[in-house]
Amino acid sequence: MKFNGDNIFSGYLRLSSLVILLILIIILLTLVWDAREAILHNGFGFFTGTTWDPVRDEYGSLPFLAGTVFTAFAALLLCLPFSFAISILMGEYYRTGLFASIMNTTIELLAGIPSIVYGFWGLFVFVPFVRNIQISFGITPYGVGIFTAAVILCFMIIPYAASIAREVINMVPGDLKEAAYSLGATRLEVIRHIIIPHSISGIFAGILLALGRALGETMAVTMVIGNNNVFPSSFFAPANTMASLIANEFAEAVQNLHLSSLVQIGLLLFLVTTVINIIGKIVLNRLSYRE
Amino acid sequence: MCINKIEWRIIKDRVFLLLLIIIALVSIVPLGFILYFLIIKGAPAINWEFIIAGPKPYGISGGGIAHAIVGTLILIILAALLSVPAGLSIGLFLAENRKSKLAYWVRLGVDILQSIPSIVIGIIVWSWIVKPMRMFSAFSGGMALGLMMLPVIVRSTEETVRLIPYSIKEASLSLGVPYYRTVLKVILPAGLSGIVSGILLSIARIAGETAPLIFTAFGSRFMNLDIFKPVESMPLLIYRYASSPYQDLHTMAWGASFLLVVLVLTLNITAKGVCRRWCRKY
Repeated sequence: MKFNGDNIFSGYLRLSSLVILLILIIILLTLVWDAREAILHNGFGFFTGTTWDPVRDEYGSLPFLAGTVFTAFAALLLCLPFSFAISILMGEYYRTGLFASIMNTTIELLAGIPSIVYGFWGLFVFVPFVRNIQISFGITPYGVGIFTAAVILCFMIIPYAASIAREVINMVPGDLKEAAYSLGATRLEVIRHIIIPHSISGIFAGILLALGRALGETMAVTMVIGNNNVFPSSFFAPANTMASLIANEFAEAVQNLHLSSLVQIGLLLFLVTTVINIIGKIVLNRLSYRE
Repeated sequence: MCINKIEWRIIKDRVFLLLLIIIALVSIVPLGFILYFLIIKGAPAINWEFIIAGPKPYGISGGGIAHAIVGTLILIILAALLSVPAGLSIGLFLAENRKSKLAYWVRLGVDILQSIPSIVIGIIVWSWIVKPMRMFSAFSGGMALGLMMLPVIVRSTEETVRLIPYSIKEASLSLGVPYYRTVLKVILPAGLSGIVSGILLSIARIAGETAPLIFTAFGSRFMNLDIFKPVESMPLLIYRYASSPYQDLHTMAWGASFLLVVLVLTLNITAKGVCRRWCRKY
């Protein structure tokens, strides 16, 4: 091997790419190392305990696991019809034109607004609104809570789910659709029997990626979920998610074990979102190879 | 049955389309409300003092968010300095070695890095920089934001360079230009506008990030230019002011939210404009 410009240059590119893998490994090691104290102390009770009490060194994260899962899945369910409608309209009915550009702008704006602004808007506009509704229905009027967080999260993940699904729907080959039309199928039937079966795995991947985002979303949720460290008693009760717990307590934590337990929650969050994203990406990659 | 089957199918088809359009239009409503309140409550809060003055003590009205604007700029510059060089070289590597085994793993790594929740990035950088230095600092905040920018830059660089036709590269190589000079003098300039718009988009992505800054940049009530001291940033200021009980601070938070959204949207639009104006179509 000669030491000329080419070798040095491609060696440099290769090296810089290795850096990203190195960073990931160091991230994992850092999280495990910082959480080791908590992992040893909490044991399996970390996943089943319902008390989070730094004063008595009791760290059960079940309330936060539940809070995270409830908010994320509720948001996902809420956003499904919207993302579905937007992706079908933009992928099949209106690929160009006025309606397409309106929806495009909407999606880009929704995706562009920072999460802190969603949270702030939620806290000062949406929470009082929910509180009024709760009063009129006779539910305890917290205003903040899982439901509120799920609705705000839903706004935030619509663009993700919709834009991935739209691309997959766009990829459905034209001759398949034309074959169905030529047999006399209506557009609805083409969508039901051709487009959706053909793109179902891509739509699924889009939903997974949106779920990954909903699980890790921090600021908007922190501001509207009520930050209550107990197992949520109802769908409207204040709760806490893994991410919002870290945001609330990390800067104030003084004991090592408390910090370490928070890092353990971060580690769990990291692992879960990573697995979800890898599955989603693998499904999407399969699709693009098939074409 | 008085309606025959074909008509029934056509009706179903129409109803379905109508339903889709209604649902899609409903999803515009929240966006409308958010923008409406930002403009109604945010825009009046903004005046000259708001932009050039620092904060007044609690309870005294007036003052501005200059310290947060400067802090946000510092954080963005630090993040860009840390992530752009690495992002460009990794993107180039991925585009030049599409099929290699290493490229597959690096691509997966980029995806994973992009998917890490921002709050976890905060923990990681806290553990890397804040804990050993025993000090919240702008530097650690920039590092956190840089980690979040990196995947976006890599991806946009890769996609831009990939679209540059092979014939341009071949033309350069056939003139006897060494490979590395071809990359630096032909391929990079050809993709420059795409790369620049990618960088702008990545800045738009991190400008509004709060979670990784809570325990890295931490926030401060003073104008600060030292990167080894805590700095304020606009999202942090909104977070802090929103949780305070003072009406004045809420108004300022609305103003800051408005400015932040304007900043992010301007970056997005500029990025698109750069690409529309200068991205060459091959």
